[in-house]
Amino acid sequence: MTWEIVVGLETHTQLLTRSKIFSGAPNAFGAAPNAQASAVDIALPGVLPVLNRTALEYAVRFGLATGGRINQRSVFARKNYFYPDLPKGYQISQYELPVVEGGSLRIALADGEKTVRLVRAHLEEDAGKSVHELGGDSAVAAGRGMSGIDLNRAGTPLLEIVSEPDMRSAAEAVAYARALHALVVWIGICDGNMQEGSFRCDANVSVRQPGAPLGTRCEIKNLNSFRFLERAIEYEATRQIELIEDGGKVTQETRLFDAERGETRSMRSKEDAQDYRYFPDPDLLPLVIQDAEIERVRATLPELPEARCERFGRDFGLSAYDAGVLTSTRASADYFEALVASSAAEPKLCANWQMGELAGALNRDEKDFTQNPMTPEALGGLLRRIADGTLSGKLAKEVFDVLWRGEASSADEVIDKRGLKQISDTGAIEKLVDEVLAANAAQVADYLAGKEKAFNSLVGQVMKASRGKANPAQVNETLKRRLAR
Amino acid sequence: MLNATVAQLARALGRREISSVELARLFLARTQALNAGLNAFITIDPDRALADARAADARIASGERGPLLGIPLAHKDIFCTRGMLTSCGSRMLSNFVSPYDAGVVERMARAGTVLLGKTNMDEFAMGSSNESSWYGPARNPWDLARVPGGSSGGSAAAVAARMVPAATGTDTGGSIRQPAALTGVCGLKPTYGTVSRYGMIAYASSLDQGGPFGKSAEDLAILMNAMAGFDTRDSTSLERPDEDYARSLDVNLAGLRIGLPEEFFGEGIEPGVRRAVDEAVRWFEKAGAKTVRVRLPNARLAVPVYYVIAPAEASSNLSRYDGVRYGHRAAEYADLADMYRRSRAEGFGREVKRRILIGTYVLSHGYYDAYYLQAQKVRRLIAQDFAEAWRHCDLILGPTSPGTAFPLGANSDDPVKMYLNDIFTIPAPLAGLPGLSIPCGFDEAGLPVGLQLMGDHFSEALLLGAGHRYQQDTDWHLRMPRETPLDTGAGK
Repeated sequence: MTWEIVVGLETHTQLLTRSKIFSGAPNAFGAAPNAQASAVDIALPGVLPVLNRTALEYAVRFGLATGGRINQRSVFARKNYFYPDLPKGYQISQYELPVVEGGSLRIALADGEKTVRLVRAHLEEDAGKSVHELGGDSAVAAGRGMSGIDLNRAGTPLLEIVSEPDMRSAAEAVAYARALHALVVWIGICDGNMQEGSFRCDANVSVRQPGAPLGTRCEIKNLNSFRFLERAIEYEATRQIELIEDGGKVTQETRLFDAERGETRSMRSKEDAQDYRYFPDPDLLPLVIQDAEIERVRATLPELPEARCERFGRDFGLSAYDAGVLTSTRASADYFEALVASSAAEPKLCANWQMGELAGALNRDEKDFTQNPMTPEALGGLLRRIADGTLSGKLAKEVFDVLWRGEASSADEVIDKRGLKQISDTGAIEKLVDEVLAANAAQVADYLAGKEKAFNSLVGQVMKASRGKANPAQVNETLKRRLAR
Repeated sequence: MLNATVAQLARALGRREISSVELARLFLARTQALNAGLNAFITIDPDRALADARAADARIASGERGPLLGIPLAHKDIFCTRGMLTSCGSRMLSNFVSPYDAGVVERMARAGTVLLGKTNMDEFAMGSSNESSWYGPARNPWDLARVPGGSSGGSAAAVAARMVPAATGTDTGGSIRQPAALTGVCGLKPTYGTVSRYGMIAYASSLDQGGPFGKSAEDLAILMNAMAGFDTRDSTSLERPDEDYARSLDVNLAGLRIGLPEEFFGEGIEPGVRRAVDEAVRWFEKAGAKTVRVRLPNARLAVPVYYVIAPAEASSNLSRYDGVRYGHRAAEYADLADMYRRSRAEGFGREVKRRILIGTYVLSHGYYDAYYLQAQKVRRLIAQDFAEAWRHCDLILGPTSPGTAFPLGANSDDPVKMYLNDIFTIPAPLAGLPGLSIPCGFDEAGLPVGLQLMGDHFSEALLLGAGHRYQQDTDWHLRMPRETPLDTGAGK
């Protein structure tokens, strides 16, 4: 039997505002527990929420970037449930009327492109954190297992972005999540830091026979890495397929992904689902956004990935693939443009080095472009020396490694210190060639007898004699000239 | 001095005939003497009062003058006051000392008022008799066996008994106007959004509105000038220029159109109330006002609508009282759910639990449309009734409450009967409108009767003007409760 996997994602992105969504407390990660919780965040009696307009602006920015509809009137609603890290006993969210509806996101796949439709994006506040592994003196003093509550995160602005169930594999879901991640970082509304929980996904997974109606879905909560997302979906889809093939039925439920065991586990079934008793928050008037405000936000939008990708193809003569890879993140695209400017080299050469040597080094050291130790000026200086013939490709890689290790600040410095300058002096090369020809009479004879391979061997001998510094093109040319006599 | 209005006291303070400290001592002594019988105060804070009074005296000495500078005041215990118990009449908050001041508390302090303490109230402002207070009921100074009304019963009783010249309250369905009527004082519920709700503990957010209690309409205008104003910390606060609520005190009543809704003059009104209100109507007619019949056909639905919307909002507003961060927490519990259950079971009283249950029910999946959504629709119809009425009249007049003060315990076993006490006060807040209650006479038992004046949004100055004109020709508002004569507790 063939099965089709159907995936939709709900993504919580923490918005990069200075203060929280409904209070003036700072919105930063890593402070001492409860050091960034104001009277509003801990829900003292009598406190009231006041919307942070920057959070709204970021939501509008997202809606505009994805071609969604900005609702000029949206409504904050209360989602009521009890939990110790939810100080008010309700979360302020948006329910019936979200700030953004519709829109779409284009994603790149191994075999082409795909458009994923978006259902909505709405603003809400994050909850605090329960710390159950509270150890040390406080637990001892209490004489029993205690849980701590850290409300620093309470009130952090979130944009929840809901996709249609348009993905058909774990790989597609990851491609979507990566594209969405790149976009929210690109437009400056999220820092994208997944370790700190700035970008978290819930996956709705179901399986069906191709062409059949949608199957019963399960929701997997809180996937905070692309790898976990992929593994969780794969595991869940396999579980559902095996269940059905064994004659069972999938029941709608919420599941948790156990990263250590690589499996999903039931958290609560639909029957246990809480009644959140949503109703419009009477403390916040309906949110009205004027056209002028939308236009003002539109004017602050940076050039978006698709437009930049097209421009890279057009202006730099790059292939669609190269342009796509280079514009996969804003940091990468910015880097590329700075590299082209500082190297004065062919864009294709820049692209090859950024996507080859640089990407490899970043990958090896598990860094992304925002943590890149190699400035575009440093790499540009290196490419400049390739372009002007000072460095061979092989030498350039050596110089790159030196720069990457931080042992020098520019390619020229490395070339000078290590005497790596390519030998392009005609006299010097002729001398090397003559010495090699004299010492390898047998191979010269072979070549003259028609064995083309002997020529390559001779080139290699010359390069070796020059310790790699001879200009290979000149060596070729000189050898040919000498042997033709 | 004890029977003087705020306006008179301010003049005496300004002329240095008395100091704020002397005034504070005078009212403190009376409050301390009377509170055992009246239970009008939850907290009396002589240290704070004297510190405030000394500060006010210093300001006066430096030449500053103000209509409230040095005037003793009490806040309803629903307003957060820094460093002071803020219990909201509940066991749940019986250990809550607020770390911050409410917007109203800040404003009154800036105006130079002297805070004597915090007044008793129905638990979380849910009640019409003050009997749901964890601290026991406040009593009516006109008859200690009777209730002062609620929920701001402590503030009303305190002003009526001359323990303070003025006090603050909050009104959700009548919690300022009904106790004002039952204790023979003046109370104003302003237009929704006029007085900041920041730091005012929420009962039903879309209805709650702070307002003043005083002995005269003029005093209410003076108090409103300090209390009202835009507050960025309250998203429902209205951003509009400050107004002078005393500007229309000399309003010309000739030609003023006063609407008399037939729904407010039907059955169920006690004869003593009816008689006093009819007499007030005749006074206004004699003064040149024109009375017109108006209709508020949906007003009869106001009580059921209110008892859907207010509990719905309350059930959510009171969720924060979970024993986790502050407030009452049960001493013994098995697990988290048990801690919630026990803390809330112990911390909340019967009426609060009743409204949380009603509110939870009407918001539940499958009932939301039939109750909450339907109630919101009817709420709009009620607002439309008023909008239609304003085409025919400038203000609406009627009884504040269908009856006078009832004996303690009289309505305790019948919540619906208790709820009907607010039948005339609930429509205005549902429409966001202001309402004023002033004394207009007594029933045969000698209990005060309240007259309610309602107007369109932002018509407070007109309401206060009409009330002021009435009070210049009548003295109902100056009558003293027989249970608390002026010599009680004074002169110490």
